[in-house]
Amino acid sequence: MRALTYAQAIREAHAQLLESDPRVFVVGQGLWSPWYAGGSLEDLDQRFGRARILDSPVSENAVTGLAVGAALAGMRPIVFHPRMDFMLLAMDPIVNQAANWSYLFAGQVQVPLVVRAVVNRGGEQGAQHSQALHAFFMHVPGLKVVMPATPADAKGLLAAAVADPNPVLYVDDRWLYSDSGPVAEDLYITPIGQAAVRRAGTDVTLIGISWMAKLALEAAQQLALEGIDAEVLDLRSLKPWDRPAVLASVRKTGHAVVADPGWHTCGASAEIAATIAQEAFSHLRAPVERVTLPDAPAPTSRTEEQAYYPHAGHIAEAARRALRWRTSGPDQYPEQRSEGPPEQCPEQRPEQRPDRRREEATA
Amino acid sequence: MATFIGCVMLSNLSIAVETEIRPARPAVQTSGIAVRRAELRVLWRTMLRIRRAEECIAELAEAGQARCPCHLYIGQEAVAAGVCAALRDQDSVWGGHRSHGHYLARGGSLEGLFAEVLGKATGCSGGRGGSMHLLAREVGILGTVPIVAGTVPLAAGAALAYQLRGEPRVACAFFGDGTLEEGHMHETMNLAALYRLPLLLVCENNLYSSHLHWSERRVLDNLHRAGEFHGVPGVRVDGNDVEAVLAAARAAAHRAREGGGPTLIECRTFRFRGHVGPSTDLDVGVKRRDALDAWLEHDPLLRCEECLRALGFEDLDGDTASVEQETGAALAAAEAAPFPEAARVLKHVWSSNPDGPYSPDGARREALCAR
Repeated sequence: MRALTYAQAIREAHAQLLESDPRVFVVGQGLWSPWYAGGSLEDLDQRFGRARILDSPVSENAVTGLAVGAALAGMRPIVFHPRMDFMLLAMDPIVNQAANWSYLFAGQVQVPLVVRAVVNRGGEQGAQHSQALHAFFMHVPGLKVVMPATPADAKGLLAAAVADPNPVLYVDDRWLYSDSGPVAEDLYITPIGQAAVRRAGTDVTLIGISWMAKLALEAAQQLALEGIDAEVLDLRSLKPWDRPAVLASVRKTGHAVVADPGWHTCGASAEIAATIAQEAFSHLRAPVERVTLPDAPAPTSRTEEQAYYPHAGHIAEAARRALRWRTSGPDQYPEQRSEGPPEQCPEQRPEQRPDRRREEATA
Repeated sequence: MATFIGCVMLSNLSIAVETEIRPARPAVQTSGIAVRRAELRVLWRTMLRIRRAEECIAELAEAGQARCPCHLYIGQEAVAAGVCAALRDQDSVWGGHRSHGHYLARGGSLEGLFAEVLGKATGCSGGRGGSMHLLAREVGILGTVPIVAGTVPLAAGAALAYQLRGEPRVACAFFGDGTLEEGHMHETMNLAALYRLPLLLVCENNLYSSHLHWSERRVLDNLHRAGEFHGVPGVRVDGNDVEAVLAAARAAAHRAREGGGPTLIECRTFRFRGHVGPSTDLDVGVKRRDALDAWLEHDPLLRCEECLRALGFEDLDGDTASVEQETGAALAAAEAAPFPEAARVLKHVWSSNPDGPYSPDGARREALCAR
């Protein structure tokens, strides 16, 4: 199969959807720009006309509302937010309107809307150009949330989102745009709500979201060198998320690490960890580990960025810690998981914690 | 049409200002009388139907039977009746928290409204919405919700859908004067002007946003000019003069259908009841006694009725009786209808039909054929 980059796969999905369904149109900021969407929408306006590829004024709220209204009137809009941070100005049409209307009118209407939000983290862009806010939207009944991690899923999940009769938040991450992978040429659907097993294993389950799924795979390779056989699940959909797949894997391995590219408190990882604790308690042989962003806004300077974003080593270390719990028990790690507010809680930098603690103890 | 003063000082806010800006009663005209007679009578009947329904709902609220918050339309009937008479069947209407009048002016079922307000399964929104969330796709009510300005961009989106599909339809958003204080109202005006959307923006300026008089919220009394900056022309009409409203809405709808883009219509009116519920808000300390008395003199129904009698209609009592009869029957049916099953509570969070219940024209055609 030929390979496409993640950005090319998104672009191809758009082109094929626009071609196959006259109800589909795209509206949002940067659509006529050669660079704004990182190549993921390049030249679509030339090919499909600027009536269907509507570059918009800087009006996140009204533009998103416009898309909701068009969806209610029988269209299949894709509203594009090149930076998810700015999409916060559109909370009303997404949360109050799109998510509510099916329920509010007892199923007499539906909102087949795709809200595409790009996470643009890194590159010293700082707190308002970097945020991964998927957990906000997971909280809202009536919204679906997907976060593809591979080029193939970037295409298949966009097609699924457009085909879905519900509002779907499609979150893609600029960190993945240049990743390359096999993508089928025809239009196809990656089902929403299904995780993908990226690596089968028996010792520990690594559950990754978006680029953290990629890091989880790297972590699994590190662990394999140590004789640890990790199973890697790419969650792909966050709402609904694939509880059966996650629970089946955790019941098999007895250990779970959830790797989420969002913040710690009330994050996606919290929901998944709580579900595992509740539904697979008797199979767990160690507490569920979480690798997340710390509870802090994104910094800009490269030194702080380096400290802020987790890497594969964090996930591997979390897996080792879970496995050590099985053999050594909690006494090796006496600190309580519930202690202190999050910013003081060392578990957000889990790999550093034991050393730092030891230093403090000897100082 | 009377002239309005454009600006008052905050310190001058007084009833006198409102009296000045209130238009004079229209003189009875004699030209085009045959058309006007028939049309005016239909408008009057529409207003009467709204008035009677709202009085019923006020009683239901007073009796504690209707528990959801009900924002009554009494006093503003000429706006809904006039605007909706300028629309065609295939046009869509979007509203807010005070939208019983819009729903009824489009021909929405009385029983469906009463049942909705009572929380019954047979309500127009399936008993899920209550007074503030109304839907009647069969008559083009595509949705009313109480988030201020919430449906204005949605109406623009429907207008965009019509434009993309090449359909000669318009979308019409009703909203109150407080809506012009919302950012996305202005964002939407800009979008609608830029894309030349077939959109009517109908501002019902009843002078109060909840308990706050306009002069406590703005310095200038110039809502009809709110779109100028965005390229949306505006017009101000006497919102208690149903013919003036109809004329303004016709011109705006014609412009929209011809590709001219959106128009903002400010209808000056007054609600006779309070912000929410059956009371007048005098009981909760809103100081509008004199204004209310003055506006009651300009009741849109009485004004229309006067015109009709001057035009020679002698048999209006028959209409009153038939509206009364229709209202009573609808209310009885709504009261007898069942509440939703509690087991329904988790249904409809998700739509499951991939093509959905709504095919834009199919559903419409079916509904129209069934009428």
